Amino acid sequence: MTSKPRTLYEKIWDAHVVDRREDGTCLIYIDRHLIHEVTSAQAFEALRLAGRKLRRPDLMLAVPDHNLPTTARVDADGSRIPIADAQSATQLAALETNAPAFGVRYIDAVAPEQGIVHVVGPEQGFSLPGATIVCGDSHTSAHGGLGALAFGIGTSEVEHVMATQTLLLTPSKTMEVRVDGVLGQGVTPKDVILHIIGVIGAAGGTGHVIEYTGNVFREMSIEGRLTVANMSIEAGARAGLVAPDEKTYAYLQGRPMAPKGDKWAKALAWWKTLPTDAGANYDKVVVIDAAAIAPSLTWGTSPEDVVPITGVVPDPASFADPSKQAAAQKSLDYMGLTPGTRMEDIAVENIFIGSCTNSRIEDLRAAAAVVKGRKVADNVSQALIVPGSGLVKRQAEQEGLDRIFIDAGFEWREPGCSMCLAMNPDKVPPGERCASTSNRNFVGRQGPGSRTHLVSPAMAAAAAVTGHLADVRKLEPVGADA
Amino acid sequence: MNPIRVVEGRAIPFGLKNVDTDVIIPAQYLKTITRKGLGKGAFETIRAEPGNIFDDPAYAGANILIAGDNFGCGSSREHAAWALLDMGIKAIIAPSFSDIFSGNAFKNGILTVVLPQEVVDRLLEVAKTDPITIDLENQTVTTPFQDRFTFEIDPFRKHCLLNGLDEVGMTLAQDAEIAAFEAIMAADRPWL
Ligand code: SF4
Repeated sequence: MTSKPRTLYEKIWDAHVVDRREDGTCLIYIDRHLIHEVTSAQAFEALRLAGRKLRRPDLMLAVPDHNLPTTARVDADGSRIPIADAQSATQLAALETNAPAFGVRYIDAVAPEQGIVHVVGPEQGFSLPGATIVCGDSHTSAHGGLGALAFGIGTSEVEHVMATQTLLLTPSKTMEVRVDGVLGQGVTPKDVILHIIGVIGAAGGTGHVIEYTGNVFREMSIEGRLTVANMSIEAGARAGLVAPDEKTYAYLQGRPMAPKGDKWAKALAWWKTLPTDAGANYDKVVVIDAAAIAPSLTWGTSPEDVVPITGVVPDPASFADPSKQAAAQKSLDYMGLTPGTRMEDIAVENIFIGSCTNSRIEDLRAAAAVVKGRKVADNVSQALIVPGSGLVKRQAEQEGLDRIFIDAGFEWREPGCSMCLAMNPDKVPPGERCASTSNRNFVGRQGPGSRTHLVSPAMAAAAAVTGHLADVRKLEPVGADA
Repeated sequence: MNPIRVVEGRAIPFGLKNVDTDVIIPAQYLKTITRKGLGKGAFETIRAEPGNIFDDPAYAGANILIAGDNFGCGSSREHAAWALLDMGIKAIIAPSFSDIFSGNAFKNGILTVVLPQEVVDRLLEVAKTDPITIDLENQTVTTPFQDRFTFEIDPFRKHCLLNGLDEVGMTLAQDAEIAAFEAIMAADRPWL
């Protein structure tokens, strides 16, 4: 038994080593494997060609999300409406055939539990603290919000996990991002992670697994922690972790796939041993003062291009690094922005509230609180609310949030990835601007020529009702006697 | 994966330098759900030209490709290897390969043979009329005209190819260790 103090990451790693090689690479056991329709087909095919089986189909969960249209999926008689796009339909059909053929639990496109894979995993209690979780998708890091070691993998690795339930990996370095203090009014978990990425940069976490520590994350809801961990990949990190605590256990207890009875008690006892030991070392430490974080958003085409909403579009010349100057100029040309423009003066035509970053119930509540009693501005041509899962959607409807959105002029859609990456019909038209709660503002991400500003759900709502990027703190709740 | 000991047969005397992965398989084929069938998209731009070497009946069914310097440069797409495999290619001879491509080829059980330019030139000549034989075990390439060239290959890769072991196969060989780990897990962490 080792007595050396260890970090949360090291404890999870050590608990999953099947074999350690001389060069330090380890064969790591994988506890949970999520799959969706985009990255699994060729892995299934490779197994079929090699005559191999899935080692542990019971540790897998399949759900389609990327290609599904967010318009109605069944017609008036309850029959399924086929997907018009041939390629999307083919990918969906492949998953629909492969999952049962290989004995994988499958949540189909019209099931009430269907949703974005990274929303569904935690919601179903499939994702658990201390577990190793993989998916052929980079935002698998989201599950780290529950204290799981979760990361995205490529198609060959998907095949490797399917056949062997293991991966050959080299240990990552560790990085602590500590945020202590009190968050200001209107500052949400999305603002916290955008601010962090702005500080450490889009490559700041490369080679590392980040652990988020400090009272801000302790006090943060599980939904908020999932949002933060989700965007670890935008900071270049392999994965992001928040230590499990009473909130985590309360969130998971009773969920359909979470352990029950004796197993729950055993799990709980183990989970409580996971948090980082006092005196454990991180390879890198970043400390951020909570009070310094404003409602934040991006101006450019990298997630590190972050400014407070009170800020202006930066002058490329203001960056010290010449390569960043050139990149900033390119970003501004693409985004159609002029240095010095106040962020609040930038008009938007599209609003997207959704994605695995911000489509949970808390996100919808935050947006609805701003929208309530207001209307979507006239210059906004498209305003979508895409809940992260069918269960989130139903919950929101029970709370009457759908009425608030629909009355204001939003479209209330079916769950899926939607305008986060525009693989389905939801796209930002070329040259138009979108206030989006998603995680990537890359060139063309939301459709060819699309211009994305990453924001929190509350800020997306504020942009929707004002028609421009707006400071949510200036919008008093309508009808509240404050 | 099928073990490779000897690859013999007609070889396509292609020989072009700096062939990138876009030439091997254009981007429009990346949205497929299968790695089979990519052969029809392989070298599409070259095949659009009348009288191209890939559609020459003399090389129908060839299982060796003779290429030029820096074959497979460009993107990391594994589809390039899948496309060649689907064309029926089992081995490629060239003066050099891009690292990522030769890694992907190896992962998919394609033998890449590196030989000096003058040897490749000789093989390009022979391939026009006669078959070629690659013996992996003895690390030689021979022709019906008494040519005999030896090549170097990483011993680990040679071992894997000779025994038909891919990465998944290598890990599957550790089945006992994985099973032992699972047994411990079932006792210690039964909820997982
Ligand atoms: S919502 Fe966006 S980031 Fe999340 S899994 Fe879907 S496409 Fe990827």
